[in-house]
Amino acid sequence: MTSHLNWGLPLAAWLLSPVILGIINRVKAFFGGRKGPSLWQPYYDLFKLLRKGSVYSRSTSGILRAAPAVILACMAVCTAILPWGAFRAPVSFVGDVVLLAYLLGLARFATVLAALDTGSSFEGMGASREVQYAALAEPSFFLGMLVLVLHSGFQGLSGILSGVSANTGHGGNLLLLLVAGSWFVLLLTENSRIPIDDPNTHLELTMIHEVMVLDYSGPDLAYILYAAALKLWIFSTLIVNLIFPLHSLPWWSQIPTFLLGMALVAVLVGVVESILARLRLLQIPKILIGSATLSLIALIVKWMG
Amino acid sequence: MTMLPHVYNGQALPLAKVPELTMSEFRTAILERIADGRRISSLFGMPHGDRIALLAVLANDRQGVLELCRTQVRDAYPALTPETPQAHWFEREIAEQWGIVPEGHPWLKPIRFHPCYRSDSDAWGRDRTRAIEPCVTDYFRVEGEEIHEVAVGPVHAGIIEPGHFRFQCHGENVLHLEIELGYQHRGIERAILGGPDRRTAHYVETLAGDTSIGHATAFALAIEALGETTATPRAQALRAVALEIERLANHTGDLGALANDVGFLPTASFCGRLRGDFLNTTALLCGNRFGRNLVRPGGVRFDLTPRIADELLKRIETTFADTENAVNLLWQTPSVMARFEGTGTISCHDAAAMGLVGPAARASGVNLDVRNDLPWGAYRAHHVPTVSLPAGDVCARAYVRWFEIRNSVRFVAEEIAALPAGPIQQEPAPPAPDHLAVALVEGWRGEICHVAITGDGGRLRHYKVTDPSFHNWFGLAMALRGQQISDFPLCNKSFNLSYCGHDL
Repeated sequence: MTSHLNWGLPLAAWLLSPVILGIINRVKAFFGGRKGPSLWQPYYDLFKLLRKGSVYSRSTSGILRAAPAVILACMAVCTAILPWGAFRAPVSFVGDVVLLAYLLGLARFATVLAALDTGSSFEGMGASREVQYAALAEPSFFLGMLVLVLHSGFQGLSGILSGVSANTGHGGNLLLLLVAGSWFVLLLTENSRIPIDDPNTHLELTMIHEVMVLDYSGPDLAYILYAAALKLWIFSTLIVNLIFPLHSLPWWSQIPTFLLGMALVAVLVGVVESILARLRLLQIPKILIGSATLSLIALIVKWMG
Repeated sequence: MTMLPHVYNGQALPLAKVPELTMSEFRTAILERIADGRRISSLFGMPHGDRIALLAVLANDRQGVLELCRTQVRDAYPALTPETPQAHWFEREIAEQWGIVPEGHPWLKPIRFHPCYRSDSDAWGRDRTRAIEPCVTDYFRVEGEEIHEVAVGPVHAGIIEPGHFRFQCHGENVLHLEIELGYQHRGIERAILGGPDRRTAHYVETLAGDTSIGHATAFALAIEALGETTATPRAQALRAVALEIERLANHTGDLGALANDVGFLPTASFCGRLRGDFLNTTALLCGNRFGRNLVRPGGVRFDLTPRIADELLKRIETTFADTENAVNLLWQTPSVMARFEGTGTISCHDAAAMGLVGPAARASGVNLDVRNDLPWGAYRAHHVPTVSLPAGDVCARAYVRWFEIRNSVRFVAEEIAALPAGPIQQEPAPPAPDHLAVALVEGWRGEICHVAITGDGGRLRHYKVTDPSFHNWFGLAMALRGQQISDFPLCNKSFNLSYCGHDL
C-alpha cells in the first residue's frame, strides 16, 4: 500500500480516540443503572476547554506551561508508529519499538516535572506514585515485546505485529494470549483506570495520575485529556493487533474488524471498572509484578521451544 | 464512691439538686465513674456569678440513668484529660468558651476559633482587638528529613463542609493526623438563650442539617422535661418513625459513599438514588425531605393518615428491597472487601477510652446505643437491637450501618402497624424556672446530648449541645495512625462526621 495513504492510520487515531473514552463511560453508566453521557461527550468537553482561558499559579515556571504540548506531541508521534493489521504504519524502521517506549516515557517525564513544578504536596505525592508504578509496569511492555520479536524477527513494529498474526496456528496463540493479558494490565495502569487508579475520583489523596494534572485548566487541560485519549488508543491498538487475526481477513474487512476490536477493548475496560473496586495502593505493585510475570512466562516458553 | 443524683433520659430536676462539689471531689467523682465504665456525655462551663460552674453529665449505660455533678472554678483547674482522654475535646471547649485553663492538658488549643465568652479572660492570653482566624494555630509536627506534611482543606475537591486536616507522613504512611475545625461556627447555643421562642426550634434543626429530626427531638424532649410534660403516645411514635427514616437515608447514603470511595460504581450510583428515595419518604410525612418543622415541643406537627401510612410503608418496602440488592453487592465483591477489611482499625479499648459514640463505637465492639441503654419515648416500649461488631475497621463500620438499616426498616413497619391513636400535639407547659433537663437521642451518627438550664421566669439561661461528631472526630484522627494516606477518604467516609454539628 502506498505510503501517503498510510497516514490515514494516525489521522483516524487523532479523530476517533475520544470515542473510546465515550464508550467506557457508557458501559460504566450501564452498570450503575444510569443512561450515561453521549458517546461524543469527550469531544464536547475538549472543545469547551479549548475555548476557555488557562489559569496559572504564580509559583509555577515555564515547565508547567510547556508540558502539555510535549505530552501531546509525544502521543501524536506514537500513533504514527502503530500499524493496523496489514496496514503498515507510515513511520516504520527497525527498533521503532524503542522509540515508542521512550516517547511514552518522555510524556510521563514531562507530566511528572510539571507536577513537581507546582510545588503542591498533592502533586508531589502523585508524581512519586506515578514514577514508582511506571517503573514496575515497564517490564511488562519490554518482556512482552521481546516475545513478539522472537516470534516475528527483529524489525519495525509494523513487521513485528504482522508476523504475529500471520503465524497463528503454530502454538503461538497461547503465548500471544499471555502477552495480551499482561498488556491489558499495562493498559489499565498506563491509562490510570480502575483497579489501579480511578479517573473519576475527586479525592486528591487517592489519585495517581489525575492529581498530577490538577493545576491545568482550559486549553492546557484539553491537551492533557486529548493526549490521555490518544494514549488509551495506542495501548488498545497494540492489544487489538495482538489478539485479532487481522492478516487472515480479506483486506476490506480489516478496518471494520480493527474498529470493532477497539470498541471491544473499551467495553472490557468499562466492565472491569464497573465490577472491581480500586486496589489499595500497597497492592498495586503485586498486580504489576504479576503482569510482568505473565510476559516472562511467555518469554521463557518461547525461548525453550 | 460519692453519691450523685440520678435522672432518667428526658427528665428535669431543680438546678439546686445538682450537688456542688469541691474541685477535687468533682474530679474524683468523674474519674471513679469513668473507671467503672461510665462515660462523659457532656462536660461544660456556664456562668455562675463571677465564676464559672463546670457541669458534668455522666451516662451510666448499665443502669440506664444519667448522673450529674458540678463545681466552681475561677481561672484554672487541674485537667481531667491526662487521666481520661474522653475529656480532651470538652476541656478544650471549656478553655475556649470561658477562658479557664485546664492545667496539665496535653494539647490545649482552641477548637472553634471564636473569642472567649468572658470579656476579661482568655485561656491563651490572645489580643482581644485582633480577629481570630479559624485554624491559624500551632500544629503537631514530626521532624525529620524524610517526613513531609500534607495539608488538606478547608476547601475540598468534593462538595463537603470545610475543615482542615494536617497529615505528618513518612512516604505513604501517616504518622499523625491533626483535625482542626471551626469554619462553621455560628453560635447557635448562644443565639437560643432567652428562649424558647418561635425561632428556637428552627435554630436547633440547623445544628446539623442531616440530623434535623435527631436534634429537634432532643430539643423537644428537653423543653418538655422542663415543663414536666411528655408528648402524646402518637407523637412519640411518629418521632421515632421519622428518626429511623432519617437513619435509613443517611446510612444508605454512607454505604454508597463508601462504595464510591473505592471506585465501586454500581452500589455508589444506586445508593445515591435510594438515599433520595428515603428522604422523599420523610417529605411524604411532613413535606420536607430533611424533616424540618416536623418535631416540636409538645408533639409533632404532621399526622400520619392511614392513606399516607400505606404509601409510606409501600415506599420503604420497595426502597429497602433495592437497597438490599445494591448493598449486598458490596459484601459479595472481594475487591471491595479487600479495601474495607483492616483499614482504619480502632480497638474496643481505644474506642471506649476516647468516648466514641454511635455506629463508630459499635463497630469497635462497644455496646452502646441510647435507644436501648437510656431509652426515651417510643423506644421505652419498642426495642431496636443494638448492633455491635468487634473488628473496628471500615468494614465493621459499614456492616453496622447495614444491620441498622435492616433493624430500622423492621422498626418503622412495626411502629406504624401499632400506631397509638390520639392527638399528635398538646400545648407544652412553660419551662419551670431554675431547672436543668438532659435529653439524649440516638441520632444516626450516635448520641446527641442536649442540656437545657432555665433561669428566672423559665427562660433558657444556658443551653449545651453535644453532637456525636464532637465525640468522634478524635477517633477519626486516631484511626489514621499507621495507615496509608490514600486510605484517608475511605476512613473519613466510614465515620462521616458533621462539621457544623461540631462547630455549632
